Amino acid sequence: MSNPSPDIAVVVTGVANLASVLAAWRRLGASPRVTEDPDEVRRADRVELPGVGSFGAAMERLRATGLDAALSERVAAGRPTLAICVGLQVLCDASEESPGVTGLGLVPGTVGRFPGSVRVPQFGWNGVEAPTGGPVESGYAYFANSYRLPVAPAGWTAAMTDHGGPFVSALWRGDVLACQYHPELSGAWGLGMLSRWLKGEVVQGGAR
Amino acid sequence: MITARIIPCLDVRDGRIVKGIRFQGLQDAGDPAERAAAYEAQGADELVILDVSATTEGRKTAAETVRRVRDVLSIPLTVGGGVRSVEDARRLLDAGADKVAVNTAAVRDPSLITAIAERFGRQCAILALDAAARPGGGWEVVVSSGVERTGMDAIAWAREAVARGAGEIVLTSWDRDGTRQGYDLDLLAAASSAVAVPIVASGGVNSAEHLLQGLRAGADAVLAASIFHYGETTVGEVKAYLADHGIEVRL
Repeated sequence: MSNPSPDIAVVVTGVANLASVLAAWRRLGASPRVTEDPDEVRRADRVELPGVGSFGAAMERLRATGLDAALSERVAAGRPTLAICVGLQVLCDASEESPGVTGLGLVPGTVGRFPGSVRVPQFGWNGVEAPTGGPVESGYAYFANSYRLPVAPAGWTAAMTDHGGPFVSALWRGDVLACQYHPELSGAWGLGMLSRWLKGEVVQGGAR
Repeated sequence: MITARIIPCLDVRDGRIVKGIRFQGLQDAGDPAERAAAYEAQGADELVILDVSATTEGRKTAAETVRRVRDVLSIPLTVGGGVRSVEDARRLLDAGADKVAVNTAAVRDPSLITAIAERFGRQCAILALDAAARPGGGWEVVVSSGVERTGMDAIAWAREAVARGAGEIVLTSWDRDGTRQGYDLDLLAAASSAVAVPIVASGGVNSAEHLLQGLRAGADAVLAASIFHYGETTVGEVKAYLADHGIEVRL
């Protein structure tokens, strides 16, 4: 690793369980610190927005703290930012989970619920099909979600997964990476993805 | 397509793994963090820690055990045993659990499921349901480690718990637990068709064939303790067997 102890600001959103996220970074030799300060999110080299409760609760919290603007600036500028699970969903326009709540609108599309033909929540390991050359490799990832983005958004490169039909399991552009699965719980495969993002090996293959 | 999950379970008391027959007669089977790391390396999809400590002192040890396991584990961790409040759940989640299972306390006060689901999300709220066959057919809920039969219909309770926010059900056949006779397949089929959330089959496994039967009966995941603890087989061997029999697994 080029930097022996990369600095990562992990955004606290109040409802997220951070223990697994922090443990994964420590196993990779990084020094995660948690923050709710928008200025720290603006300054940090690397920022992670971990999975949180519902879409509506997450957006409410991001707006109340001013983190919505700080995160939007980072993503718009293509600065190293990693969004997990509901973190991916709040980048979108809206979600069926919380009607009437507006997302950050950085990724075009509306998040919807899985169809009734499959188990909901989707709990477990599912196959990820990723285009080569990006930060995400094809493999198995661990998911825990009831809602998902069904269509690959314009302007982003996407990896896809199937659960009652295709959905976006990851998307990226520049150093911004968002995944619907939990890389911190996806074994060696997930740690590999986190490690590549940490080293900045994620800028290839993105639609700029 | 989502794969079938193989979930080793660690029954832990006072910081050590134990495994008993019908919740009694506990024997020491090793260090939780060492076993957890070994199971992940073998290909386990998830891990369950069931704290069977009987005392407050033992429960404090449980949070410490969870912390030690989390440090080495990169797969999901469910922790259950003696969770009576949102505060108990929070302590285990803070220590590194990804999901918390409630059992007896939720039967006594079903609003506990709602409270945990609302506070942490339904992906954190797991129902551990222990069911015993009724002589006349069907199953009833048993609590307090099998000591008390409640008279409640197990399938109706599964439905209610899901309506209250449970995101998954770990379904244990009290009649089969520790007996090594295989899962209660009728119970699995009934629960699996009654609710939309995933069903984790538990109780009675002695072979890879038993796991296959459970998955074919409708379970989304299979939990086992003894067959893995005593080195009779590995998670990898079990997965290879399941794949050979047409079950999609993460290899």
